[in-house]
Amino acid sequence: MKLVTAIIKPFKLEDVKNALEAIGVRGMTVSESSGFGRQGGHTEVYRGAEYTVDLVPKVRVEVLIDSQRLDEVLDVITKGANTGKIGDGKVWVTPVEEVIRVRTGERGIDAL
Amino acid sequence: MDSALNTGDTAWMLTAAAMVLLMIPGLAFFYGGMVRSKSVLNMLMMVMGALFIVGVLWVIFGYSMTFGTSMGGLIGDPTEFLGLESLMADDPESTLPIMAFVAFQGMFACLTVGLIAGAIPDRTKFNGWLVFGGIWAILVYFPVAHWVWASGGWIFEMGVIDFAGGTAVHINAGAAALALAIVIGKRAGWPKTPMRPHNLTLVMIGAGLLWFGWFGFNAGSALAANNTSAVVFLNTFAATCAAAIGWLVVEKLRDGHMTTLGAASGIVAGLVAITPACSAVSPIGALIVGVLAGVVCALAVSLKYRFGYDDSLDVVGVHLVGGLLGTLLIGFLATDLAPAGVNGLLYGGGAEQLGKQAVGAFSVMAYSFVVALIIGLILKAAGIMRISRDDELSGIDLVEHAESAYELGDSGGGGHFVGVGAGSVRRDREEI
Repeated sequence: MKLVTAIIKPFKLEDVKNALEAIGVRGMTVSESSGFGRQGGHTEVYRGAEYTVDLVPKVRVEVLIDSQRLDEVLDVITKGANTGKIGDGKVWVTPVEEVIRVRTGERGIDAL
Repeated sequence: MDSALNTGDTAWMLTAAAMVLLMIPGLAFFYGGMVRSKSVLNMLMMVMGALFIVGVLWVIFGYSMTFGTSMGGLIGDPTEFLGLESLMADDPESTLPIMAFVAFQGMFACLTVGLIAGAIPDRTKFNGWLVFGGIWAILVYFPVAHWVWASGGWIFEMGVIDFAGGTAVHINAGAAALALAIVIGKRAGWPKTPMRPHNLTLVMIGAGLLWFGWFGFNAGSALAANNTSAVVFLNTFAATCAAAIGWLVVEKLRDGHMTTLGAASGIVAGLVAITPACSAVSPIGALIVGVLAGVVCALAVSLKYRFGYDDSLDVVGVHLVGGLLGTLLIGFLATDLAPAGVNGLLYGGGAEQLGKQAVGAFSVMAYSFVVALIIGLILKAAGIMRISRDDELSGIDLVEHAESAYELGDSGGGGHFVGVGAGSVRRDREEI
């Protein structure tokens, strides 16, 4: 099993979520996050005082999947989140030892 | 028994007094939105706290100090109307019940002290602030309001025009704010650390409430529902619109964007500047006062970076500068067609009125600054003025009030109920 974590532009969440649902991924965890990469931040001005704001708002999507579906999942996330402009985000994969469904106690692939 | 009471005037003055009261929470929101989320409650409490303290002082002897029989033009007799008991009887000769006037003027005193708080958020001990506010009201506001508005007050008798409080309210509070910002010192990290306003919608709500209430403040200062109050109302409206435009144009030219905070600030700058002048200028004069206030104050708020004083929410740049501007512009723009009936320099009246306005404005500024500085230094030496650096960094709301403004999650912060009044038990334990 794998944990796929994707940091994407907030307005691309709908596309990524729909693409994952379309290939049968049954759940995900989404959180608001912020950070910076090559995109950099922006400036804001308050009563003439200019501030740089380095952290850009992003959305963090986490999906637990069967290892055999990895390539397919990475493919739809990357396509769904892509705008071709700087700041589209990153996707990474982490191995997962065990997954348990809290309600039933099912483990492993059955819990996905 | 016949009564001279004018019910229209009475109804208007009671309404106007309530409108001025609404300016105080309005000011609290205006300031509160501009601070960081960890200090918004303290900001609200500083402004509301000034209302509570000064309101009590006003009833006991503040009104009497301000409007009692003048002692040498400097102060009213504080014992004359002690406790206001002697003012309850119906006076058949009076068109307006005296208590309506007492209430209306009391709101001014509370608001003026509240204005000062904008210079020193995030870092001031709440009890120290309340002590300062009370002492400053007694030593500065009550006497200065006497000078400016009471029959026998020296500035009033000199013929200075200050219809609703350019000197007594705005220059007065602005000068005290400058003194306190210097005494208390900069916020930790200022100006390098970004201290962005945490809620600009709150700022605009506050500006809106201030604008609404200001019609009571200015038009109510006619002390009647009459032609003067209507002219003043219109001038207040005109100047404020022009000031917002003036501020936004400066921003557009200098920074490239017209901002919400700039609009809210322009509104307040215009209201401040027209306050002394609203009975003395024509509607076109009011537009000029307004646009100049917007432009000059938009530039003045940057002075603190040059001189290095942390007047955090620009009480100096908006209230002191705006108050000076409005008070002095009367000397240029006053027209005898307006209710005050005086001509300024540009209307062929010569420089006489301008000279009087300058004496009034700078006397109040110097007196308020010096006395506020002395009170602040004494309280600082007594150790009740500033919270510790650690407390400031972690957030004053939690330290001074044991509250946090925004609880947006459902997890309840992961805590549990400790018990009613458990705070005192915990403090005892910590002392051991």
